[in-house]
Amino acid sequence: MSARPRDPMLPRSYRIESVESELPGGEVFSWTLRPRGGELEVGQPGQFNMLYQLGIGEVPISISALGEDGTLIHTIRDVGGVTRNMAALSAGEEIGVRGPFGTAWPVAAAEGHDVLLVAGGIGLAPLRPVIHHVLANRERYRRIFLLYGTRQPADILFRKELERWRGRFDIDVAVTVDRADASWRGDVGVVTRLIERGGFDPRNSIAMVCGPEVMMRFAVMSLERRGVPARQIYLSMERNMQCAVGYCGHCQYGGHFICKDGPVFPYDRLEPLFDVREL
Amino acid sequence: MDDLAQVFAEEPFFSGFSDAQLRRLAGLARPEVYQNGRYLIRQNGSADRFMLITTGHVVLKAFVPQRGMVPLETLGPGDPLGWSWLAPPYKWHYDGRALERTEVIAFEAEGLRQAMEQDHELGYRLQKRMIEVIAHRLQAARLQSLDLYGNPAGDLP
Repeated sequence: MSARPRDPMLPRSYRIESVESELPGGEVFSWTLRPRGGELEVGQPGQFNMLYQLGIGEVPISISALGEDGTLIHTIRDVGGVTRNMAALSAGEEIGVRGPFGTAWPVAAAEGHDVLLVAGGIGLAPLRPVIHHVLANRERYRRIFLLYGTRQPADILFRKELERWRGRFDIDVAVTVDRADASWRGDVGVVTRLIERGGFDPRNSIAMVCGPEVMMRFAVMSLERRGVPARQIYLSMERNMQCAVGYCGHCQYGGHFICKDGPVFPYDRLEPLFDVREL
Repeated sequence: MDDLAQVFAEEPFFSGFSDAQLRRLAGLARPEVYQNGRYLIRQNGSADRFMLITTGHVVLKAFVPQRGMVPLETLGPGDPLGWSWLAPPYKWHYDGRALERTEVIAFEAEGLRQAMEQDHELGYRLQKRMIEVIAHRLQAARLQSLDLYGNPAGDLP
């Protein structure tokens, strides 16, 4: 007898194994989650889960890493009512998880290509599993670039991992900040300036971009100016996702539902909508 | 073409320039090397040259009272350094300091301005290229001022 399909609206119980503060002050934190009974629903890089705090509410959060030991990592920014309550939870507590939902980053389609990962702010979190994947399968890809922009040095996420990736000689990691004091020795300027430096083969590159929508708009312009075709640029979009399965319509974006047709889209599908202000 | 003109020809900034234009520019140019920590330009100093970075990185900094030297932007290979040489009063607005060993091609500014006056084809091409650079930098500066990564407005869950 085949197993009954899981009800996508029914959260499963997960235990918070650990909480890690990613920034000073705990504004951004990562949860390592393990299912309470049963196996982990393994997602793909780029997909998201609906995380549900009992009695408080539910939020869509992209997968930040897939633990090898049957755990799942989500990186959350304390930015609203639900996430503020989530920030107060500790290891050992229980949450509900629905998912994984949505489309994934094109890690298979990127094989044999240069890979450009362009992240802004907390947009590094949804791209992190891609970095893990391409580095674990390094021989399948040509040059790999991680171009990461954030507001200031204190806001750099996954600092230890970034240092580790930088220490490898098979990935180009560039980090830039919008503002810095005199002690900062790294790049200053917006992330699009890193794209303009080039070094990649534009016709043979797959770009994956994640960050605030304005930043993505300018990143797309820089990528196209360098010669990367629109169909080879992928963006992760964010809207008010509630049901996560395309029923409720809250995340409608033109003819798309971000939750089920996205969140990852090739830019040539979004291009006609990207500058429509009403969306 | 001599060696320096050949170096220009390979720089994207000079793509589309004729051999004769490159030779004329080569007559105004010399390679310069700055060690880590050395200043290429100083705020309020005479903007007496135009530089194109070939290797290394340079940080532009402004002096802000109570805050000291504030980094504004980092420039790297292929980036032109400064446009204050193009417009009066020909003074640098910022400091530019090498973040590592940095090589540039430096063009003598007054000679460059004269060449642009005398040869309008050259002047037009150079101005056009500089306007592209200035436009991109202005867009980047505007984006930088938006505080993109701050908390988004509105009620979020």
